[in-house]
Amino acid sequence: MLEQYGFIALYSGLVFVFPFLGMLTAWLLRPKKPNPIKRSTYECGLETIGDTWVQFKAQYYLFALIFVVFDIEAVFLFPWAVAYRRLALYALVEMAIFLLILLGGLLYAWRKKALQWQ
Amino acid sequence: MDFVSDLFVNLGRVWTDFLSMYLAPWLVRLINWLIVSTILLVIGLVTVLFLVWLERKIVARIQDRPGPNRVGPFGLLQTVADAVKLLTKEDITPAGADRIVYNLAPALATFSALMLMAVLPWGPRLIAADLNIGVLYLVALGSVATMAILMAGWSSNNKYALLGGFRVVAQLLSYEIPMILAMASVVLLAGSMSTQAIVEAQSPLPYVVFTPLAFLIYLLASLAEVGRVPFDLLEAESELITGYNIEYSGMKFAFFFLAEFINTFIVSIIAVTLFLGGWRGPLVDRFPVLGVFYLGIKVFVLLFAMSWFRGTLPRFRIDQMQMFAWKVLVPVALVNLLIVAVAVKLPGGLWAQAAFALAGNVITLLVTLGLLGRAARRFAERRGERLPVTT
Repeated sequence: MLEQYGFIALYSGLVFVFPFLGMLTAWLLRPKKPNPIKRSTYECGLETIGDTWVQFKAQYYLFALIFVVFDIEAVFLFPWAVAYRRLALYALVEMAIFLLILLGGLLYAWRKKALQWQ
Repeated sequence: MDFVSDLFVNLGRVWTDFLSMYLAPWLVRLINWLIVSTILLVIGLVTVLFLVWLERKIVARIQDRPGPNRVGPFGLLQTVADAVKLLTKEDITPAGADRIVYNLAPALATFSALMLMAVLPWGPRLIAADLNIGVLYLVALGSVATMAILMAGWSSNNKYALLGGFRVVAQLLSYEIPMILAMASVVLLAGSMSTQAIVEAQSPLPYVVFTPLAFLIYLLASLAEVGRVPFDLLEAESELITGYNIEYSGMKFAFFFLAEFINTFIVSIIAVTLFLGGWRGPLVDRFPVLGVFYLGIKVFVLLFAMSWFRGTLPRFRIDQMQMFAWKVLVPVALVNLLIVAVAVKLPGGLWAQAAFALAGNVITLLVTLGLLGRAARRFAERRGERLPVTT
């Protein structure tokens, strides 16, 4: 099994280098004539107004928070799913309780209108 | 005949034996790894060349026009010509861009897409690395793409690109949950996370028979994950002038494009592997080489369906998209997981389990459709409209 990870390590190195090789080739081949107008922000011909990196909609945070809850759930879910056939019936009951608590959390977020996009 | 019946594995064995006569074992292994890596890279690139052509052709036929037909036979070399053109295009970095992040983003997107290819089973014993955490690996490296796209949107110093980046966070994060839950139900059925073991476990019945609902959820969520129609909000041409990759040109743009199409290809292979029995098919036990063709046919059907969606469906609105993920897919996926868990613990063998899971799935689907219909009717009433009566 460890041998497989050796391949993954080598492959990840190659795959990481590959796009940079592509960009290097392009750098050798392409014309390089930048000017301020070319390098200005592209907004279909209009001058851009104000700063780009401003404070953004807080709703995105809300979804990210709910996502974190469910993503951590996935961490518990996969080991349980792999070992499930070897476990007694209590595994089913326990995971059912766990999932129902999560579902309760989702319903709470739903009632609080956290899932409503405004 | 014996040699041809398991062609690829036998070729590998002959090649390894040949090398072993002259070289030390560790060197042989290293050379083999390098060859396998190159093969995976080539498969990825050639498939993308073909896939772009195929999609353009299919969408063109749907829209009643011929599509690319000038470069090469049937326009097959059109993508190659496009790639060469992109390679020689001037690369423009916007003035206010965060240069390191800006240049890293396309590389990371390609990295994540190509890394996924390592654990996909192409046929019996034909897999680059049969990790025992295969499914988890797919989820983990798949989410690196989210980061790459967010990096691109953030670093471009363009408001449209930034908006595209935000939408990516909202969409990809939301749809990752139902995707993970659908995958978990398959892991539950197979009792293993190794992709090869999952395919082998589907020997009399593919898992789509057990849980068609999980297959449907996976298909929808994966469409959203790769940002394809109807979930192409992150690059909506008409709203965001292609969103996160707007400031990218030349080869960097090409790498985003490459990553997107490799992801489309990989997502179909994963769907086939998890739900449609992967390389399984008639006579595959006697002639393992057939597995590659079965896999290819199944993947082609899914890819065709995806192009078909692209030609016929309109785009979701962002609030609809979020609502669909959290209020429909996630609860349904959780219920489906519980149904599958109960089914696996049932006595009475495989067929009883399949029947129970299938019945549970159908009931869940009908209840969901009923609730959705009621919600739609209530929504229409609130707006003072009458919904057309459909049969």
